[in-house]
Amino acid sequence: MIIYRFDGSFDGLLSAVFDSFARREKPDALLAPDGSLPLFYDLLHQVETDSDKSGRVWRKLTKVISASARAALTSAFLTDNPEFPLLALRFISRAVTSSGVSVETDFSDPAVLAVLKECRRVRGEAHRLLQFVRFQKAADGTYFAMIEPIFDVLPFAVNHFADRFSDQPFIIYDRLRDYGYHYDGTELKRVVISSDGYHMQTGLLSEEIMHPQERLFQDLWRAYVKSTAIMERLNPRKQRQDMPVRYWKYLTEMQK
Amino acid sequence: MTEATLEKLKILAAAAKYDVSCSSSGTVRRNDGKGVGNTVGGVGICHSFAADGRCIALLKVMLTNYCMYDCAYCINRRSNDIPRATLSVSEVVDITMEFYRRNYIEGLFLSSGVVRNPDYTMERIARIAKDLRLIHRFNGYIHLKSIPGASRELVNEAGRYADRMSVNIEIPREQSLKYLAPEKDHKSVYEPMGFIRQGVLQCQEDKKKMRHVPRFVPGGQSTQMIVGASPDTDRDILLTSSALYSMPTMRRVYYSGYVSVNQYDSRLPALKQPPLVRENRLYQADWLMRFYQFKAEEIADEGNPNLDLEVDPKLGWALRHPEVFPVDINRAPYEMILRVPGIGVKSAALIVSARRYRHLNSSHLSKIGVAMKRAKYFITCGELVAPSIADTSPEYVRRLLTARKNRAENPLQLSFDFS
Ligand code: SF4
Repeated sequence: MIIYRFDGSFDGLLSAVFDSFARREKPDALLAPDGSLPLFYDLLHQVETDSDKSGRVWRKLTKVISASARAALTSAFLTDNPEFPLLALRFISRAVTSSGVSVETDFSDPAVLAVLKECRRVRGEAHRLLQFVRFQKAADGTYFAMIEPIFDVLPFAVNHFADRFSDQPFIIYDRLRDYGYHYDGTELKRVVISSDGYHMQTGLLSEEIMHPQERLFQDLWRAYVKSTAIMERLNPRKQRQDMPVRYWKYLTEMQK
Repeated sequence: MTEATLEKLKILAAAAKYDVSCSSSGTVRRNDGKGVGNTVGGVGICHSFAADGRCIALLKVMLTNYCMYDCAYCINRRSNDIPRATLSVSEVVDITMEFYRRNYIEGLFLSSGVVRNPDYTMERIARIAKDLRLIHRFNGYIHLKSIPGASRELVNEAGRYADRMSVNIEIPREQSLKYLAPEKDHKSVYEPMGFIRQGVLQCQEDKKKMRHVPRFVPGGQSTQMIVGASPDTDRDILLTSSALYSMPTMRRVYYSGYVSVNQYDSRLPALKQPPLVRENRLYQADWLMRFYQFKAEEIADEGNPNLDLEVDPKLGWALRHPEVFPVDINRAPYEMILRVPGIGVKSAALIVSARRYRHLNSSHLSKIGVAMKRAKYFITCGELVAPSIADTSPEYVRRLLTARKNRAENPLQLSFDFS
């Protein structure tokens, strides 16, 4: 059994592909730093992330698979599935060695299918941010939202908000990864907020820093969501299926 | 904007809730950098889900629930003694803007009871859309109901600011409509639909000749039929839908299981519960017409004018047509692969892609996402997966598939008791 370890980055993955070609090996596992080693193995290789190596693999990749397949690969890479790095390595290895026809549509290959599946999961989570981010307006006019997505997808979603609310300053903060984006009406900046105020702990603005009309609009929204449901067709199962409970804690309509 | 607004909103949201359309799809409206909002192309964004499991994408509200008509199936009919309210133009505009900025909604879906006369009502509806677009530079989604009987001029005015417009048919056959809503007929529905269609087509014509043509209802129109308030069959409903879909501007037909809101009216059936399974089957049938190349006549043929409630309409069709199976996964055209129960649009596309690389067997199929438990009776892929429907009988396959079905397996299956 041949085991590779890498630093968990995308460049690290590409470097691992490079190494496996240079060393003429087919690794049986590709472990992130927190992945645990099996009890028995024949060989452990530590991949050094090297932008020269990764750049060469990436340039080759741009010639053999389409832009959308590359985008799918980078999206899929954000998954939490610990098996995925190895499947991604196999996908890239097959892509760069295949001649002629591109491999990206061969869905009978588990590695190709894994890229598609994980990409769908990750993009699904990014889409849920577009759905479920809820802003609260602060007294200074800034709109504030806290999130806890299961993957690190805020960078995928944040441009949508900057475009949609281009005249509206906002902060969207990923509590799990402790960073967010601040948009001041013109520029979007990645920020880390060190304050441990009430709103940073709970995701909710306290009465003191809330805009005077914020409470009213929250109440209007909660009343609306309640009134629009048809009681003869209650279906809490479907509600939970389409709006995962893990999102509820920051959803205005689910509070109180 | 005060607490009084809150009470009005409660009444008018509840009054609008039986209109099931929620989609915010079909337009791309970019933010020009000066206003607020954009509409993303393709599928819309659902922002929340109500306790009944339905998606909330738009602020769906009535301007007023006073109405001069007396349609039997409608909660807002004039003979009902219910709380009534009217929102002002500025209240609707403000709530829409404030909800939108908090990312609660994609936009507004505004309908109204008819007060004074159709034009008076339509004018106020158009005003709201106009204020949102021109004063607040709102680029989010606007869906407006066209009031039956409103003039072409006002429909055109509204159409300049709306992304989508709709007129509900409500009752599929004219005869039934006249019985339940004597003040209405099909002309009162098809005429405003025609105004919208002509506006859209005119706009497309102008675009060929001129550079700056104002938009006109770029998201097309939709409509809704109530299911189970009249004796009309599923075949009646689906044939009506299919005729509507042949209109170039018709994007969606919605089906709304009748909720017994006016039990005292003896013209209506006494339903304990809305016919949710039937409604679900109609949506599945609609889906088959739009994405699976099925025709209405195939889904509900003359011998079977109502959909089978026990199995979905695709499986129903397959059970009635054992002669076209088994389908050869590695050779059959895409259209035939689509007809196999257990294979969806996504899997069908993956199959025709993947089979160019190698011969596909059943394990490839399950990995691709085919529901083999169903599909196996209807396919061949060069190995023996199960005796096909051609070797056994439709009754046998039906028994196996309905016995096996449990709720966890089939997310489309609604969770409630048939008893
Ligand atoms: S016109 Fe519309 S609101 Fe008025 S009673 Fe008929 S369906 Fe209801």
